[in-house]
Amino acid sequence: MLKKMLGLVVSMMVVGLMAGSSFAAPPIKIGALFSVSGPASFLGEPERNTAEMMVDEINKAGGIKGRKLELIVYDTQADATKAVQAANKLIKDDKVVAIIGPSTTGDTMAIIPVVEKAEIPLVSCAAGIKITDPVKKWVFKTAQNDALAVARIFDYLKKQKIAKIAILTVSDGFGSSGREQLVAQAGKFGIQIISDETYGPKDTDMTAQLTKIRSGGAQAVVCWGTNPGPAVVARNVQQLGIKLPLYMSHGVSSLKFIDLAGPAAEGIILPSGRVVVANHLPKNDPQKKALLNYVDNYKKHYKVEGDHFGGHAYDAIMLIKGAIERGGDSPAAIRDQLEKTSKFAGIGGTFSYSSQDHAGLTSDAFVLVQIKNKGWTLLK
Amino acid sequence: MDNSPQLFQYVLSGLSNGAIYALIGFGFAIIYNATGIINFAQGEFVMLGGMLTLFFLVFLSFPLIPAIVLAILISTVIGIAFERLAIRPLKNATPLSMVIITIGASILIRGIAMLIWGKDTHAVPAFSGNDPLYIAGATILPQHIWIFAITLLIIAANKIFFNYSIVGKAMRACAYNSQAASLVGINVKTMVLLSFVISSAIGSMAGIIIAPLTMTSFDVGIMLGLKGFCAVIIGGMSSGLGTIMGGLLLGLLESLGAGYISASYKDAIAFIILLLILFVRPEGLFKQKETERV
Amino acid sequence: MLQLFLKNGLVAKTTMTKEKREIIIFLIFTLAVLITPFFLRGSYFLNVLVFIGINTMLAVALNLLLGYAGQISLGHAAFFGLGAYVSGVLTTRFGLDPWLALVIAAAVSGVLAFIIGFPILKLKGHYLAMATLGFGIIMFIIFNETVAVTGGPSGLSGIPNIQISSLIFDNDWSNYYLIWTITLLVMLLSINLSQSRIGRALRAIADSEVAARVMGVNARLLKVQIFTVSAVISAMAGSLYAHTMTFISPASFGFNFSIELVTMVIIGGLGSIYGSFLGAAILTILPEFLRILQDFDIIVYGLMLIIMTMYLPGGLISGLEQIAGFIGSKIKSRGGSHA
Repeated sequence: MLKKMLGLVVSMMVVGLMAGSSFAAPPIKIGALFSVSGPASFLGEPERNTAEMMVDEINKAGGIKGRKLELIVYDTQADATKAVQAANKLIKDDKVVAIIGPSTTGDTMAIIPVVEKAEIPLVSCAAGIKITDPVKKWVFKTAQNDALAVARIFDYLKKQKIAKIAILTVSDGFGSSGREQLVAQAGKFGIQIISDETYGPKDTDMTAQLTKIRSGGAQAVVCWGTNPGPAVVARNVQQLGIKLPLYMSHGVSSLKFIDLAGPAAEGIILPSGRVVVANHLPKNDPQKKALLNYVDNYKKHYKVEGDHFGGHAYDAIMLIKGAIERGGDSPAAIRDQLEKTSKFAGIGGTFSYSSQDHAGLTSDAFVLVQIKNKGWTLLK
Repeated sequence: MDNSPQLFQYVLSGLSNGAIYALIGFGFAIIYNATGIINFAQGEFVMLGGMLTLFFLVFLSFPLIPAIVLAILISTVIGIAFERLAIRPLKNATPLSMVIITIGASILIRGIAMLIWGKDTHAVPAFSGNDPLYIAGATILPQHIWIFAITLLIIAANKIFFNYSIVGKAMRACAYNSQAASLVGINVKTMVLLSFVISSAIGSMAGIIIAPLTMTSFDVGIMLGLKGFCAVIIGGMSSGLGTIMGGLLLGLLESLGAGYISASYKDAIAFIILLLILFVRPEGLFKQKETERV
Repeated sequence: MLQLFLKNGLVAKTTMTKEKREIIIFLIFTLAVLITPFFLRGSYFLNVLVFIGINTMLAVALNLLLGYAGQISLGHAAFFGLGAYVSGVLTTRFGLDPWLALVIAAAVSGVLAFIIGFPILKLKGHYLAMATLGFGIIMFIIFNETVAVTGGPSGLSGIPNIQISSLIFDNDWSNYYLIWTITLLVMLLSINLSQSRIGRALRAIADSEVAARVMGVNARLLKVQIFTVSAVISAMAGSLYAHTMTFISPASFGFNFSIELVTMVIIGGLGSIYGSFLGAAILTILPEFLRILQDFDIIVYGLMLIIMTMYLPGGLISGLEQIAGFIGSKIKSRGGSHA
């Protein structure tokens, strides 16, 4: 009896195995949480587009070791409650092996307890430094830390012998995280923050703040925000005839900003991922191939320029793809392999994770660019 | 250091924002006075004005004047449709149901605008350039002059309409007492519809003249609508001088508050003023006590 | 379904008193709440039900004000947020026990509501709507801008779970029972309140404040009291939300959520406690169904608000009751003809 049963089980296993090899294996499910609508849609939309484009591409090329990828995208609307619900759904209902996103630091912080408990690897596309500091076992991220962008600007300011600056930051997650870093790092570079002003994400007139800044005696203005606020700032600076040099964050490194700010954008300096200056990069730049490829592809698919926000999703998908190729598709194996990622040249920079570092980038992930003639020039 | 240019700049910026608040507040007041409804969708007409102008001007490359005229016309048609479809069929309207319906309409209009024009913010070219004008050490843009001029024009036109034309007088009669008005042969329903027409036209005009300054996107209507409402409350719901003063005062206090107190709490300042006025003087700062609507 | 079934039963037994009927409905509802998780082991839907519980609490709280006393509030998310932030800040920065933090959060919210209640509830109609809306926006700005205390726009993380001796409420299963126990208590309290003298006085105010005053009701005080009760319940819901999520950010407590709460009450049915549950459940699950519509969901949401208010002002619960009543009378008449 027992023998018969055993035989049956074994033969069924064999049949199953053969079926597995002759028929298509079930797809590998990857979850994605992006703020496609709501106040952070400028992040979520290019991220979703990029992720869908990449997964299509991978599947067209035969998938990962013959298995297709299936991407399940939910919109968080940049709302922590919705992010947690969607993360739970991805894990419990859809049974994904890994999650990419969310787009914002707030959403990411909200779902970290969920993924840590479920032991599902998360590759966040948000920039906040606290996502990976301290290191959480299951959480990685692709967006460059704000700290790196701030260091880039301050380094440059120091070389220009500018010691007194005014900062003008937006009062949302992006701006407050940037402001934190600006204040924290100023001392290290011998820079003094003379005026510290903020504006609301929907504000349409910043002349009051700028008038105050003008009378404060700063040598430069650093504005930290995402479209459209900084465009208003640039226009107001021009309107008020303020002659101080204007620095911005990587939050506006897209052609959209140049379009919105118009002539007022000329001369502004900002740290940016390499994606906007892909053409100007030297041939030996390790990222150049991926960058050009991504820019072309995105333009072909969506008729608009790809930006580095979409790039965060590109990196997340490619990192997970690499991990699955090396170690299989169990969540634990993906996590372990992600941690072993070394010198992956993506859109945001060259990633090397380790058990002490789940952010994976160094300050060379940013280049300084200046806006000239409605385009970007690389600043040495 | 001499602080007077700084103060003057705050005042100028405040007044130009205030003129916009007043214009938006105007739209609220006209509908409220004719119907007793606070139209929470008023801000969306401001958005429509800006987005439609952008659409004709930039996407379809129309010249400026036809683009503006078309934008106002289409906004007005949407205003009429809104009144016909959602306001007129309503029987036994309570303030609560009116609040919900107008909020629902604002969500709907915003949603449709998002689907048609996307989520991006767009720049709209200024009517006459971006070279700043210097006045006593402070600067404004030519667009600000347009804003002041058009606001004045609309106010004057309103004054004449409501005080001297038969239709305007009839609308005022409805505002005071709609039953009595209908007894003397005024078609109240037409007057209500007319109030929506005027109000959506003025709202979209406000959106058109500020778009070159503030840029425009599908969701600019919410905050602008609320600020316009604050203006009209300060002004005591009048469709005259009170709202103008209310708007200018609000803009001024916001700008001075952002300059001398804290820019982070700029919006809070507007709403604290709103609450204080509602608590202390709900009839508004500038209105003489007159008949109260019950 | 439940409602339908009950209605039929009730039509048959017309001798049953209203009070008994309420008790039976509540017991059946409680039973349904208690056993539901056993059908949903390990499912994501249990997590949704936890949020439905929190939203039900909020909708019931708002219904006391909106449905019973007839007073609009477009700023109730502020009390929800206040509860969440007081609880979150006290536990993360001062190491307070979550239970104690919950009590303090409720008390702070209650005191604030009592103080602002007097000037705010003096206003009526649209003015009241705007004043509460303004209050909600001011509170949102405070949550957002006091970065040193609340963590600002990037949120406050690391809020501890609620704990009873060795039992930590850190999974859907335990949170479900914790939150629904309190939700059921809130519902029971509200049902009781509605049938007490206070409930009748409130309805009198909603009908005509002048008439209520003439009959000797201290309308002003009563309105402020119910506003306070509503704020206390909302703050409790906020505190529970904070300890369940372990992370909060201002975006969850803005103007949009205030509108969503009003929508729950309206869609469910003004003045009906079970309607509030229905409204909360629908609006919490709705995004699941609207997901396939992608960006069209906002349009459906707007249309729903307009159409519901225009054509079903009593909310879904009244729609259900009408259907139940219709079927009930059909059955009755058929029964009559057979006899």
